[in-house]
Amino acid sequence: MSAVAQIPASVPTPPPEPAEAGTTRRFTPYLLLLPGVLWLVLFFLVPMITLASTSLQTGSLEQGYQLTWRWANYTDALGTYREQFFRAFLYAAIATLLALIISYPLAYTIAFKAGRWRNVMLLLVIAPFFTSFLIRTIAWKTILSDTGFVADVMRGLGLLNLSDGRLLNTTFAVVAGLTYNFLPFMTLPLYASLERMDPRLIEAAEDLYSSPFTAFRKVTFPLSMPGVVAGTLLTFIPAAGDFINRRLLGNPQNTVIGDVIDSRFHVIVDYPTAAALSFVLMIAIVILVFAYIKRAGTEELV
Amino acid sequence: MTISTSSAGQTGADLHLAGLTKRFGTFSAVDDVSLTVPQGSFFALVGPSGCGKTTTLRMIAGLEYPTAGRIGIGDDDITDRKPYKRPVNTVFQSYALFPHLDIFENVAFGLRRRGVRNVRSQVDEMLALVQLEGYGRRRPAWLSGGQQQRVALARAIINRPQVLLLDEPLGALDLKLRRQMQIELKRIQTEVGLTFVHVTHDQEEAMTMADTIAVMNQGRIEQIGSPGELYDSPATTFVANFLGQSNLIRATVAAQQQDRLLLDAQGVRVTMLAARSQARTKNAYVGVRPEKIRISRGTSPPSAADGETGLSSMDSSMNGGNQLPGVVTDSSYIGVSTQYLVRTAWGQELMVFSQNTGGDDRLSPGDDVVLHWDPAHTFALDATEAIDAGVELEETAERPDPVGAGS
Repeated sequence: MSAVAQIPASVPTPPPEPAEAGTTRRFTPYLLLLPGVLWLVLFFLVPMITLASTSLQTGSLEQGYQLTWRWANYTDALGTYREQFFRAFLYAAIATLLALIISYPLAYTIAFKAGRWRNVMLLLVIAPFFTSFLIRTIAWKTILSDTGFVADVMRGLGLLNLSDGRLLNTTFAVVAGLTYNFLPFMTLPLYASLERMDPRLIEAAEDLYSSPFTAFRKVTFPLSMPGVVAGTLLTFIPAAGDFINRRLLGNPQNTVIGDVIDSRFHVIVDYPTAAALSFVLMIAIVILVFAYIKRAGTEELV
Repeated sequence: MTISTSSAGQTGADLHLAGLTKRFGTFSAVDDVSLTVPQGSFFALVGPSGCGKTTTLRMIAGLEYPTAGRIGIGDDDITDRKPYKRPVNTVFQSYALFPHLDIFENVAFGLRRRGVRNVRSQVDEMLALVQLEGYGRRRPAWLSGGQQQRVALARAIINRPQVLLLDEPLGALDLKLRRQMQIELKRIQTEVGLTFVHVTHDQEEAMTMADTIAVMNQGRIEQIGSPGELYDSPATTFVANFLGQSNLIRATVAAQQQDRLLLDAQGVRVTMLAARSQARTKNAYVGVRPEKIRISRGTSPPSAADGETGLSSMDSSMNGGNQLPGVVTDSSYIGVSTQYLVRTAWGQELMVFSQNTGGDDRLSPGDDVVLHWDPAHTFALDATEAIDAGVELEETAERPDPVGAGS
């Protein structure tokens, strides 16, 4: 309590000297940027440089690492783990698409039809964040377990192979887990862009000979594009690097690149390869994102 | 520029509303409205916010489904038709332009939805009509309010609807631009010859533009007629007060002499044409518009008995006129005219607009005056109505409600 009491005493600062007011004002923006810049330099720029350097080193933990500019680290890593890269992007893409398909009607309902339930529904979308990501994923193990309700029903409906009828430890489980975990990241930006939309635009479209479906295709959906782009990026990027879902819900045959990086760093202790893989993953995502934004043409929508 | 009016003329037809009613819960937003809008006319629905005019419009557009009643265009009953299947287009209050499309595509929207192939010439022609040539590639957000309004108009008119609905289209514009757009709208309406149904809370706007005005109040139509009819012969106190200003004096009908009616207004004899009385009983309000009253200095108190001859000092043209003594309590000079408030013997304040013709000496508060006006300019209303109906409402209805909220 005494610490709290101390704070107000330190708050008043001497007013700036009138003669220096101009200079002070000129430096104010930089001063305001300082904490952020320091943080980024310390925890983003420095580690990035370290990582880049590591990716071009040779050596081992015992003998120490030397920067030898060995670009082959990259070609080796890519050659060996092409499959895991491909799988990571494929799973992320499917999960993103599923999340979009699930989230769009949900966000649309909350934005236009929920009425007084709007806040409750938004809270329900955010509610999973109150629990840890890990715990939620572990919960999916129970949901999809061999003796669980979902598997039982699917077996009963003949949707699941009876002899090898499993849900857990399958690609399906991994994608389902990814979709579930990143759903709010899709729903919230979609909701934000739909909520901002003037519902009279839909009326105007219908007044101008658009059936409800055409009005959606020509007006609602294009106007929600900023939300679609933001949501897909917020889902795809973390999903592409995620290995928790794979580890808890998948099997050793469907490892993704995140797994490889994790094990290279922590288990095999092959820092250069791990660093090279991390860089490749990052660059691949940046390229994909840029290509996507260029295609979606969001800058025109603002 | 030439816009063919023949196509609209052949396909258009009168708009009929029959017993149109819309209830939200127990509240009747629109209550048994029946009217006919002749093809090619400029029709205004005017009333204070919350009177049901916008709801009526939305029902015609198909954006609201009526609780009861039918809507028809010519021989077509369109009551059950979806909005996108009606030969009706709307200019929305806030324009509702599509922000993701440029002006050209906004205007072409309706044509494209109907599968029209070569839209370029039509869109260009329409942009020329609303004086926005060369703006095709701009975004709605880059345009001023007046320009956006014209895009909204072009976007609706290009479809040659049988009825064009305008929902407070000028409400968001400032006064000067509004006046300009009123003239513009009227010009365009004359040029394209479409039926316009214009909803506004601004009685002046309605009077300026419309051929026919329907005054709405609390979901019902108070009176329909030409601007002149409504102004000169209001049927209810609401219309008398909502369209312009009126002096209403409580009176009783004393006698009828052929086509003339003699009334006793607080001890003052007033003569009027019997045909212009809406009074259903002996009790009535005698009404006269402020600009119809002439004001002159004087003190001679005409009594009800000798009112017609008592004022020898008045010039001969005043003979046979209605006269009323009073005291000026307020005078405000507004250039073209001077507005006086004159207190009568029974304490009521009457408003008088005296045109500034140059020669008159200006009266000051405290001056004794006599008001006189022609019996032909006198109207009478039924005394069972509220004397101040429609007075305050107009003042508070300056800004239109957000759509669907009330009116």
